[in-house]
Amino acid sequence: MSSLPMIPELLRQLMRKPATNLFPAKYLPPSVTEFLQSVASGKAHLTPPVETPPRFRGKIEYQKDGCIGCGLCVKVCPSHAIELLPETKRIRIWVDQCIFCSQCTDMCPKGGLRMTDEFLLATEDRYEENLIVE
Amino acid sequence: MSEGTGRKAPYIIPIGPTHPALKEPVMFTFEMEGEMIRDVDFAPGQTHRGIEWMGMRRNPVQIVHLTDRICGICGVSHTFAFARAVEQIAEIEVPERADYVRTIIAEFERIQSHLLWAGVAAHELGFDSLLHLTWRVREQSMDVIENLTGNRVNYGIVQVGGVRRDIVPEQHQIIEDCLATYEGLLSKLLSLFLDDRSIALRCRDVGVLSQKDALELCTVGPTARASGVNVDLRQDYPYSAYGDLDVRTILPDQYAGETRGDVYDRIVVRLLEVGQSCGIIRQCLDEMPAGEVTAEPKIAKLLAICKKASGEAIGRVEAPRGECFHYVRMEAQEAPHSWKVKASSYSNLMSWIPMLRGEQIADIPIIVASIDPCLSCTDRVAVIRGERRDILSKEDLHRLSVEATRRLQA
Repeated sequence: MSSLPMIPELLRQLMRKPATNLFPAKYLPPSVTEFLQSVASGKAHLTPPVETPPRFRGKIEYQKDGCIGCGLCVKVCPSHAIELLPETKRIRIWVDQCIFCSQCTDMCPKGGLRMTDEFLLATEDRYEENLIVE
Repeated sequence: MSEGTGRKAPYIIPIGPTHPALKEPVMFTFEMEGEMIRDVDFAPGQTHRGIEWMGMRRNPVQIVHLTDRICGICGVSHTFAFARAVEQIAEIEVPERADYVRTIIAEFERIQSHLLWAGVAAHELGFDSLLHLTWRVREQSMDVIENLTGNRVNYGIVQVGGVRRDIVPEQHQIIEDCLATYEGLLSKLLSLFLDDRSIALRCRDVGVLSQKDALELCTVGPTARASGVNVDLRQDYPYSAYGDLDVRTILPDQYAGETRGDVYDRIVVRLLEVGQSCGIIRQCLDEMPAGEVTAEPKIAKLLAICKKASGEAIGRVEAPRGECFHYVRMEAQEAPHSWKVKASSYSNLMSWIPMLRGEQIADIPIIVASIDPCLSCTDRVAVIRGERRDILSKEDLHRLSVEATRRLQA
């Protein structure tokens, strides 16, 4: 056996449970948002995803009320995902472009931006309502 | 082949630009004689993304997040090299604690990258059970990285002037557990890879790169070290916390007593470096000084400092694949005047040619994978002929594949 050290290891693996955590949906849905909605209404089953680590960087949350329209977040966004709307002096975040670096949340002087734990955002429509934060 | 009937050999086999045998897109042209490779040529440039062009229109605070995305595996090496270049230009002194945090992340990256490579190597040999085993144990290092930085792949932890997150005492235990696991696993992994008869048969004296060739082709990283070239930036040109640590180059003769410069030696070097990285992380954790983790916590002020800076500098970092090199020139403007990235694979690609000459066709995948090529980091130019600029959507690709099937059926 010394020349085939993998054999005992493989036999041991037979007794173990699979290490893989399956994708939340059984088949890849065209829109994860719609899939989550059908899970909420009890029409589909969701494999529970692995828990996110502390201070995970997920979808951005924006507190419009405290915003002063300074535009600093626009200045540091590497992917130009944030747009300053001139008429309201508030921002719009295009989550499809966001790279989840959390630089804007670090930059915001009012603490109005926050990264949530939400990460199931995949979809084929870049301009889905769920992917525009304002 | 008889006289007068025309020559059949050599014949040409193209492999690429995307091919199931290759993990990265590159175009190979093999000149074959029977099963033997007589000569080989290759053409990279299939995955150019224009990151440098994007960087020259952004400020350094934004660019560090672009550099995270140059490579999918070396998530911190490029950022680290870029940040070091900008820090030299803007004369920012990085706090000592930040140096240690950067070093710990960089070494975790080396662990996960080498384990990933070992799995790919097993896969290229057709040893998929070993691939799955290696990638399962790799997950633990990915989990620790995720815990420390907030993400598995695009860490976003390094910023010009320091790091964005500190390592808190509660995280020491998680790191310690991970290191203990790997140190316990290392002898098993070494045995699984190096005592296996089929791996030895496929890898011993295959894809040999002599020390002379390795030197002349300026190879870097584990590829050079496996050929017995004593180069390691962490030893030769210590940066960040490495100046305080005792890092010695790992050469294959430390394990097997001899250096042959073959694929087997490349496995030896990478696996031993996993153990070495565990030691470095442990030493860093023990010796980490207290204090700030960034020279300038206020990003607005950091931007102002960078805007005033002018000059040029290079940042060099020993990435898992070898030396990663960033050149930055700033001329008191928001965006850098120029920025040039030389990924480690750029120096290693040419070593394919002496390695592949005279080898068998079946050994192409493992030899190509043995230098751990990362072409999307390397490609700095793409040649486009004609004026066509297309973006193909999912529907377009589906239509094209249907058309191709119809053509084949006709």
